[in-house]
Amino acid sequence: MYGALGGVDQSPGGGNGATLPCENRPSMPEAEPTKLPDTAPDPDTPTRELVLGGLSGGGGVPAARSDLRHFLPGLEPERHVTDWGRSELVEGLVDRTVYDFLYHYWFRVEVEGIENVPAEGAALLVSNHAGALPPDGIMIAKAIREEHRHPRPLHMIVDSPLKGLPGLGMLIAKVGGVPAHPANLHRLLFDERQLALVFPEGRRGPEKPLKDRYRLRRFGEGSFVEAAMRARAPIVPVAVLGTEEAQPTFAHVSLLRRLTGLPRIPVTPTFPLLGPLGLMLYLPAKVRIRFLEPVPTDRLGDEAWNDPAQIQTLAGDIRALIQENLLELVGGRSSVWLG
Amino acid sequence: MDSRRILIIGLSSNWGGRLAQALEREPEVEAIIGVDSSDPRHELDRTEFVRVDTQHALVRRIVNAAAIDTVIDTRLMVDPLTASLGRAHEINAIGTANILGACSGSQSPVRKLVFKSSADYYGCEPHDPAFFTEEMGRPHSPRTAIEQDIVDAEELLAGFAARNRDATVTVLRVASAIGVEEHASYPALLGLPIVPTILGFDPRCQFIHEDDIVGVLEHAVRYQIPGIFNAAADGVLALSEVISLLGKPMLPILPPWGTTFAASQLRRAGLRIPVEMLRQLRFGRGLDNRRLKASGYSYRYTTREAVVRLRAQQRLRPLLRSGAEPYQYERAVEDFLRWSPSVQSASDGRGASWSPLAKTSYDDLSGEEVIEIVTSLEADALAALARYEASHQARRAVLAAIQRSLSRQPPAGAA
Repeated sequence: MYGALGGVDQSPGGGNGATLPCENRPSMPEAEPTKLPDTAPDPDTPTRELVLGGLSGGGGVPAARSDLRHFLPGLEPERHVTDWGRSELVEGLVDRTVYDFLYHYWFRVEVEGIENVPAEGAALLVSNHAGALPPDGIMIAKAIREEHRHPRPLHMIVDSPLKGLPGLGMLIAKVGGVPAHPANLHRLLFDERQLALVFPEGRRGPEKPLKDRYRLRRFGEGSFVEAAMRARAPIVPVAVLGTEEAQPTFAHVSLLRRLTGLPRIPVTPTFPLLGPLGLMLYLPAKVRIRFLEPVPTDRLGDEAWNDPAQIQTLAGDIRALIQENLLELVGGRSSVWLG
Repeated sequence: MDSRRILIIGLSSNWGGRLAQALEREPEVEAIIGVDSSDPRHELDRTEFVRVDTQHALVRRIVNAAAIDTVIDTRLMVDPLTASLGRAHEINAIGTANILGACSGSQSPVRKLVFKSSADYYGCEPHDPAFFTEEMGRPHSPRTAIEQDIVDAEELLAGFAARNRDATVTVLRVASAIGVEEHASYPALLGLPIVPTILGFDPRCQFIHEDDIVGVLEHAVRYQIPGIFNAAADGVLALSEVISLLGKPMLPILPPWGTTFAASQLRRAGLRIPVEMLRQLRFGRGLDNRRLKASGYSYRYTTREAVVRLRAQQRLRPLLRSGAEPYQYERAVEDFLRWSPSVQSASDGRGASWSPLAKTSYDDLSGEEVIEIVTSLEADALAALARYEASHQARRAVLAAIQRSLSRQPPAGAA
């Protein structure tokens, strides 16, 4: 179920998400601000019954219990790390060195429709995903910082097994990655009203071979739509051109992947030829980022998130929208390297 | 406060003792009884201590004899550093079953049960949410014996709550504590001159200050808050942040692969890091503490402030070591102080606040108490009292006693 959130392997039996109990899903916090949680307890789960007893009992307990946004911890000015583990210092350092260079000189990023990213309130950005070590997330975040009239931090939802990797997992958290989990996305969007970015293709995007470039993979079961509906946050589709050529994948070494436990070991123009750091090298393709009109999710009726058909339809529409714009961008460019 | 007769199980734990001290200041609380298998470590004025393990029959007798309406269980052992695994299992799983057995039944006077559980209930895995909420339960099966014990204990409590629907059951999942208690895993690790960490990991950690644990327990006693609550301070810090706040160097000495083996080597060198702790040093954990805040509790310290206080404490410790004598429990002395007629409780100051003599308003006095003082009053005072009593509570026994007194005295103005 974690995989549904745009990070993780979706194949049956693959990925650690499959082993997790599904009881987590209904226990996700309700998004509706005024509605009290269901007070009819499930007879099979006494623990939850106890919880709900607490919610409905409430003698002398102030405030509506389902909307706890007023009780978020305040910001402490002395701190430079957020509660998510995002570090101002590390992010600033990487931004000034690596991101700046990649954005301005290497990929020469051009941005369209930046005004479609809301200046305040929650929004869920949804993008295509490509490259062995995909640069699309950091380039979208950088574009919002550089071009937006009201620069905001963007939280990238990443594959949660990455958290278990030494070094990389730590670095990803420090520069703004958040492990994929429905509760994490809900807290970001509903409680904190932040910007979040998901890649619904998940691992299938970066794993696809060069010949399939710019053909979007399956969008999972669309739980990113469900999360946006629960949080009543608009979805902003994003099409990114150029990342497929920046780091094309020729093949995969599955034996090595199984031995190391890493998510994937791709063969790219520079990896493993130039050693592990070769994974950090990109070809200088021209990158274009197009932000599309926000798709509202709060006008689909009450509790639309309980309707899988509606979720699937909206996920399919968004996928088609991104695919259409990608093909338009590919058709419009004259050179892979010069744009 | 509805609770008047309170039983604290685990009085000798740091929280149990401090909670008893806090509750002693409440004039509404009639009786505080503490139970533990070892002597209390805190100086207590009126709390009665019974040295007993968690045998079901014995605790039940105490509960029934003292008509206990509120039971607070602070006994759960969550840190492998504080007890052996066998002892921990006895305390956590078997002990909890015994306590619940002693409190249940249709004849039981117990109306409220407050149970101090632990955030270790949630475990620690890479797939965990960044902030656990109370309704999430445990996303994967327990890995260690202690985690299994905590899960078992909470299951027992859920069953107890389902069977005793008119009792208020509060479960507090308390984050790792930092404060005076030095024997727990985190304070022990952070107390080292150089803090060892796992190479390539900088976990998120969230603590709760000791004062807040006592505060949360007291809050649960004072108000009716049934259900499960996370108790953790505001703010989730990165471990590197914590260590730099403490002003110590960080040493990533534990390798990311084969960590358990490296930890066992460190143990030979005298530093014990339990398995639960190793997982926390790798993946970290955050709790959503908002439900408890919504129930009206406000934390005294954020996680950062708790760490800053820990630093002050660590720096002062060498200076204070030779200072005040720690409190020592002596049964004979405690009995003398509580029951001897020679002890003047008024001079104590604290004693006065709970003694029946300290009741200030006339309306608070019971009929017998009024009758006792009636004989010592002058005639005109008696007449005034008779008028007041007739117009207010009009207790027949009191009015009769006043009349008797008046008839024995010459009527006012006759002299």
